[in-house]
Amino acid sequence: MTSTPLSAWIEGIGFLAPGLPDWPTASSVLRGEQPLIAAPSVLPTPAILPPAERRRASRVVKLTLAIGLEAAAHAGADVSTLATVFSASGADGHNCHALCEQLATDDRQISPTRFHNSVHNAAAGYWGIATKSMAPCQVLCAFDASFGAGLLDALAQVIVDQQTTLLIAYDSEYPEPLHSKRNTPDCGGVALLLTPNKTARSLAKITVSPSAASALCMSASELEALRSNIPALRSLPLLQMLARGESGSLCLDYLSPMQLSVDLQLC
Amino acid sequence: MTPLHISSYTATTCLGRGLEATLAGLREGRSALRPCVFETVTLDTWIGEVVAVDAQKLQKNLARYDCRNNRLVQLGLETDGFAERVREAITRYGKSRVGIFLGTSTAGILQTELAYRRRDPLSGALPDDFIYRSTHNSFSLAEFTRDYFGLEGPAMAVSTACSSSAKVFAAAARQLALGTIDAAIVGGVDSLCLTTLYGFASLQLTSSAPCRPYDVARNGISVGEGAAFALLERAPAQLASGSLLLLGSGESSDAYHMSSPHPEGLGARMAMAAALHSAGLNADEIDYINLHGTATPANDAAEGKAVAALFGDRVPCSSTKGATGHTLGAAGAVEAVICALALSNDLLPGSPNTENQDPAIPIQYLLRARSSTVRRALSNSFGFGGSNCSLILGLAP
Repeated sequence: MTSTPLSAWIEGIGFLAPGLPDWPTASSVLRGEQPLIAAPSVLPTPAILPPAERRRASRVVKLTLAIGLEAAAHAGADVSTLATVFSASGADGHNCHALCEQLATDDRQISPTRFHNSVHNAAAGYWGIATKSMAPCQVLCAFDASFGAGLLDALAQVIVDQQTTLLIAYDSEYPEPLHSKRNTPDCGGVALLLTPNKTARSLAKITVSPSAASALCMSASELEALRSNIPALRSLPLLQMLARGESGSLCLDYLSPMQLSVDLQLC
Repeated sequence: MTPLHISSYTATTCLGRGLEATLAGLREGRSALRPCVFETVTLDTWIGEVVAVDAQKLQKNLARYDCRNNRLVQLGLETDGFAERVREAITRYGKSRVGIFLGTSTAGILQTELAYRRRDPLSGALPDDFIYRSTHNSFSLAEFTRDYFGLEGPAMAVSTACSSSAKVFAAAARQLALGTIDAAIVGGVDSLCLTTLYGFASLQLTSSAPCRPYDVARNGISVGEGAAFALLERAPAQLASGSLLLLGSGESSDAYHMSSPHPEGLGARMAMAAALHSAGLNADEIDYINLHGTATPANDAAEGKAVAALFGDRVPCSSTKGATGHTLGAAGAVEAVICALALSNDLLPGSPNTENQDPAIPIQYLLRARSSTVRRALSNSFGFGGSNCSLILGLAP
């Protein structure tokens, strides 16, 4: 069978990483206009959540709402209609640690909120409550390959279902002792609003195909550290092209030996 | 969607290892739930345990994956000749053209729970033999399966709680439709652990009796474990009559609450309607519905409203969780396989443990298994976070 090109139009971008609080800052740094100043990730309080959920909002909930809403606003999209693909290398690490710690004691009466926050799709669930979107919501994990997995499924939803889809790829840190086993340093993520057709708001056309080539690294060491330490930021070379307003091709890390060749055509 | 061929499938739960044992259990209306004596758990509840998991040994070169969940993966793969069918597909298509789409809710979290009991008393460090990536991480079952078969194509884990391994069918169908792959290993594996047993107990969602889906006196779930797999391929032009097909899928979100379903079952109804639309079928063309039917008061009431709204009381329905327990992230795939057995054997499964159907839920609920022609079956799976997925399976004419 002939493969259908995996193509979509990027209409909006959301971004958050250590020292890079939003997409305008990140794109300026990626263009080399300002330096990356090392700082912990800043997670805004999600005003969109009802008060009860806002109180329970964990770092991954704040992170995904921040980048997802930024991408949707960038595109002028109505979040209540958007299909979503969440992809993360892990769930809420602090909540996981607290549960495992308590389950190792004699008092195993864990909190029900801790339990429902432990599911990998907790951030996606809060997103639904916040945005009231009843559209399909996918939640994936592919360890270090989670960005590529999310991109593949989001593109497939755009093409097969002809539905505008918001990809939210994100990761967060574990506290010790799990941190020594999985050392993701901090919260970080990227959101891309993908549409099936070109519109006046389209930023670029993205086409993805499997590749055996080596993934492109970031030439600046502090950006390469983010790319290699936070799985969602395997997307950084692509984001740098978007920030610079360049068309061209590059290769992103996915799941060895399968990588993703990305062709980007600016509008 | 274009129907896809389900060329091989298998399921292992407490009801038995493989299709023959599962079919026999469904025909007999057997419940395989037992009082909980798992690990050090002290809860007054019943569970569906796959006892054979403990005896599974992983190959030496895959030892880093060793944990209860991956043992259950291997047990499932090596049942009903499923692994052989996968290897034949790899020979046909190539090792980069067979994708992996597996659902789970907790993967190998039990390994981490146990490691937390062995922390270094001074430093608090976890033991050296604990390997996060290949046991705890949600992707571990998919990565294990990829390495088990030596595959080099795409792989992903779907983790949307109890809808996970229904949604894998939809994700794989999309990649097959686009031609990025030629075959897909889809399925779900979840295994018993303290997080889910104590977690559902904390929400007061576990029953102290074997679960009774859709019973007027239902009072909670029985947590189970299971592994179920299917091999999906594009259907050849000439497909033998009676071949099993995936006809449609539908996904939706409740956007309502983290751990309670939408009270009117609105999201559930949207998922079923989307599956019918995807299959190009009307509600009256469905012969059997395998309900999510967890046996919590809220789930069955909400799902019942959604089913009644779309299907009235015309379609025979049952939840098979009284037989298998709620296998959580594996439930979607387990119950897709139960639908496959219903289709292939003209069987309408019943609902072990359920005695008095809730009169407030006006659907045609089956207490006992019976024989009847089943051409198309719909399976519901709903999860925490308001994640809903319905699948429609059928037989080639």
